[in-house]
Amino acid sequence: MNSFLGSNGAIARYLALGALMVLTACGTAQDTVSRADGIHDPYEPTNRRIHAFNKALDTNLLRPGSKRYARFVPVEFRTSISNVSENFSMPSVAVNSLLQGDLRSFGLSTARFAVNSTLGIGGIIDVYSEFGVEEVDTDFGETLYVWGVGEGTYVELPVFGPSTRRDALGRVVDIVTNPLSNTLDSPEKYYGTAAAYLTRLNDRDRFSSTIDSILYDSADSYAQARLIYLQNRRFELGDETASSGSDPYTDPYEDPYAQ
Amino acid sequence: MRSNITRRGFLAATTAASAFVALARPVLALTEAGARALINTVVTEINRVISSGKSEAAMIRDFETIFVRYGDVPIMAQYVLGNDGRRATAAQKRAFQEAFQGYISRKYGKRFREFIGGKIEVEKARQINAGYEIISTAYLRGEAPFEVTFLVSDKSGRDLFFNLFIEGVNVLLTERTEIGAMLDRRGGDIDQMIADLRRAG
Repeated sequence: MNSFLGSNGAIARYLALGALMVLTACGTAQDTVSRADGIHDPYEPTNRRIHAFNKALDTNLLRPGSKRYARFVPVEFRTSISNVSENFSMPSVAVNSLLQGDLRSFGLSTARFAVNSTLGIGGIIDVYSEFGVEEVDTDFGETLYVWGVGEGTYVELPVFGPSTRRDALGRVVDIVTNPLSNTLDSPEKYYGTAAAYLTRLNDRDRFSSTIDSILYDSADSYAQARLIYLQNRRFELGDETASSGSDPYTDPYEDPYAQ
Repeated sequence: MRSNITRRGFLAATTAASAFVALARPVLALTEAGARALINTVVTEINRVISSGKSEAAMIRDFETIFVRYGDVPIMAQYVLGNDGRRATAAQKRAFQEAFQGYISRKYGKRFREFIGGKIEVEKARQINAGYEIISTAYLRGEAPFEVTFLVSDKSGRDLFFNLFIEGVNVLLTERTEIGAMLDRRGGDIDQMIADLRRAG
């Protein structure tokens, strides 16, 4: 663990990049949500084009690929791959927990990485969850939120899908600074990427009915994906400032017609 | 003369009735226990439908019965129709409510098989403007537990749920966006939207 925290300077890299991101993102901190429904989407036309691209990608590649993956690969193997992918993300979760001042999550993710990497044979078995220990997950997008950076505009990223400016920056930082890809040699450092790719196929299959319903059964899949992503992300972060119209306590009895 | 007495009698009766209503109100008002009881009943009934082993079509019919009995469907339909409800005729509003009720039952009833072997546990309650929110956790097989929140109010005159949040996602708002998109696609034609909604979900 020393290797991913101290000696290779992962934290220093996070901090440097993070500071840069905060500087560039500061402009968005004071952004006001421009619509009553809590959605700030000034790049909607561009986002919609990217959405169309992502949808075509899903139709032609991701969805059929996930069906084949689920059909030909036994569930035990798919779960093991997902475990490996999750284990690979733990050092990053640990660093982000530390940056958020969340020592409890830092301890849990560090212990999980240590236990699953050893007893769990490189993360193939999620020993830690078998023990019933709480799972923690976080990312640099959340770190930026904790640091007070505003959500920024809604963006749909090619391949990755719905995001916000803050979360998109967070994603870049997480990818560039991933402690493991900076520690491991080739080809080990690509195992995480490969596992992450297969995990995405597996998840596409596991949540198939929800994703299909949003993408293919809706009258406006872009608007549905945007609303669901924003609400769920704000819920995850515990962010109640960004939503106004989508406020859970909006009372339809007051004026059911009010937008 | 007789009519005068009758009127007086009527006045006395209504006064007594309103006094009774005024007195009874605090007793009938929605309590946390009442809201919890309602959601416990809803959850029990849903679990019973899921474990009944009936066909999907039969389960969807049962779900619609539960939805109408314990949910404030008129307010949900009104909210989902949103701004466009202002220009809808009374007949259109009625037709929409009926179509909406079937659409929700099909859309969410279809997903019931994901709940087979799972359970929903009511956890805590919190007071909100319109009544109470009942926070529960859904445990589905092979999934991490997730939060489902029911919103309960007595503003309809009875204790009924009027919205649902799944991991922070406001189901009523999501459906309002969907109905708005359906209307946009049909150039704002409410009748056409209702006709298509009867087949959607």
